Formats: sequence, C-alpha cells, structure tokens
Amino acid sequence: MSAPETGAVFHPGHSELHGVTVVLETRDGTLYVGRYHELTPAGVLLHDVAEHRPRPGELDRDEFIRRTLEFGVRARYPHLVVPGPDVRRVTRLVEWGAAS
Amino acid sequence: MPYDPRLVQPMREEMVRMGARELRTVAEVDQALGDLKGTALVFVNSVCGCAAGSARPGLALALRHSNRPQQVFTVFAGQDLEATARARQYFAEYAPSSPSVALLRDGEVVHFIHRHMIEGKSPQEVAQQLVAAFDKHCATSTV
Repeated sequence: MSAPETGAVFHPGHSELHGVTVVLETRDGTLYVGRYHELTPAGVLLHDVAEHRPRPGELDRDEFIRRTLEFGVRARYPHLVVPGPDVRRVTRLVEWGAAS
Repeated sequence: MPYDPRLVQPMREEMVRMGARELRTVAEVDQALGDLKGTALVFVNSVCGCAAGSARPGLALALRHSNRPQQVFTVFAGQDLEATARARQYFAEYAPSSPSVALLRDGEVVHFIHRHMIEGKSPQEVAQQLVAAFDKHCATSTV
C-alpha cells in the first residue's frame, strides 16, 4: 500500500520521544504515564499524566498498566515535571504491551 | 486554545477527501451517533503531527479496503471542543486521546485505537491495525 498525501506535521526539532506516550519509573517505585514533551533543566516534562503508586489497596502495577493499555491514559495531572535525579527509566508505553 | 482555523483547514480537508463527515457541533454529533445502526468509525482528529501525521493517511489507506465501516465521522480535538467532548461521551469508557479511532457497531464500541497505538507507526502500519478491525467487525456476510 502506498501512503496518500497528508497535512502538515508539526513539532520539528524535538527529541525522539517528543509526543510519545511513555512510562516514567521513579526510584521510589511510582509510575507516571503521559506524553513526553522534553527534558528541561528542572526534569522531564510530561503532559496528561496518570500516576500509580505502590500502596496497599491500589491496583498492582501490572494491572494498572494493563488497564492503561486497554482503556487509555486516565490523566491526573495536565502537566508534570519529574526531577531528573528521581527518574529511574523512561520507556514507551507500547513496549509494556509487547512485553505482556 | 484552538489553532488558527487556516492552519488546520488542510487537516479537515484531508478527512473529507477520504469520505469522512465532519461533526462540528453537539447537535451534529447527536444526530450522527445518537441512534446508530450498523458500523461507524469516529476519527478524533488532532493537529499533532507526531501521531496524526500517520493516522490520517493510515485511515485513508484502510478505507480503500473492501471491508470498511458503513459510515465514517470525524471530530477535531482542540478545535471543535464541544463536539469532541460530546463524541467522547459515546465511548466514555476509553480515556480521551487524540488522534484516536473508535469503531462502533449499533452504537457499541467494538474496537478502539488509542494515540499510543499510533505513535511511531507508519501510515501503512496504522492501516494494518484498522484493516484487521474492519475485517473482524465490518465484514458483510454472504450467503
């Protein structure tokens, strides 16, 4: 199949992850799922961010990810900056689906 | 805040060219989706080139397939705010994202493609996802 023409594509010059829905794992076990914007001096800036903290009575991490993959990102924060030293790993959400 | 309408007009026209009907008001959404019979696809359009730049041409490719939804609608997230919010009420179990695609049959969502399933994909890869859903849910039975 050949691709037909398309409208404009915005956001040139950003990092590879710009605009991508990522899972950001912090060193204390919290997960944030949101759209990666950029790495700022204050930390990683995400948009439309869901949060999961490992607490009794909460969904476990795998179930939280499963529901997010199936039903989408239920954003708790419109924007969030996670300080760089707190970040353990940033991966694409779809990679979690492929792994499960 | 919506973008300059002149800037997004080509993205609207791209959808119309592939046969989608734009729903720009709450009344238009309710008229189209309120008592839906058969299969319909709702494309939530977006200015974001990161994903919509592949989603629109991917959908255009998929709509050339023999099995396809009977009706194709589109709302424009970030542009037609009230119409988009209303459309999302028809698939409220899915978190809002744009671009995204809801495939409905008799008013029920039978398949949903989130933004995160489109990001990083080529138009051909997006089309493959859609065609698989069309084959599963839109095939007309023959006797």
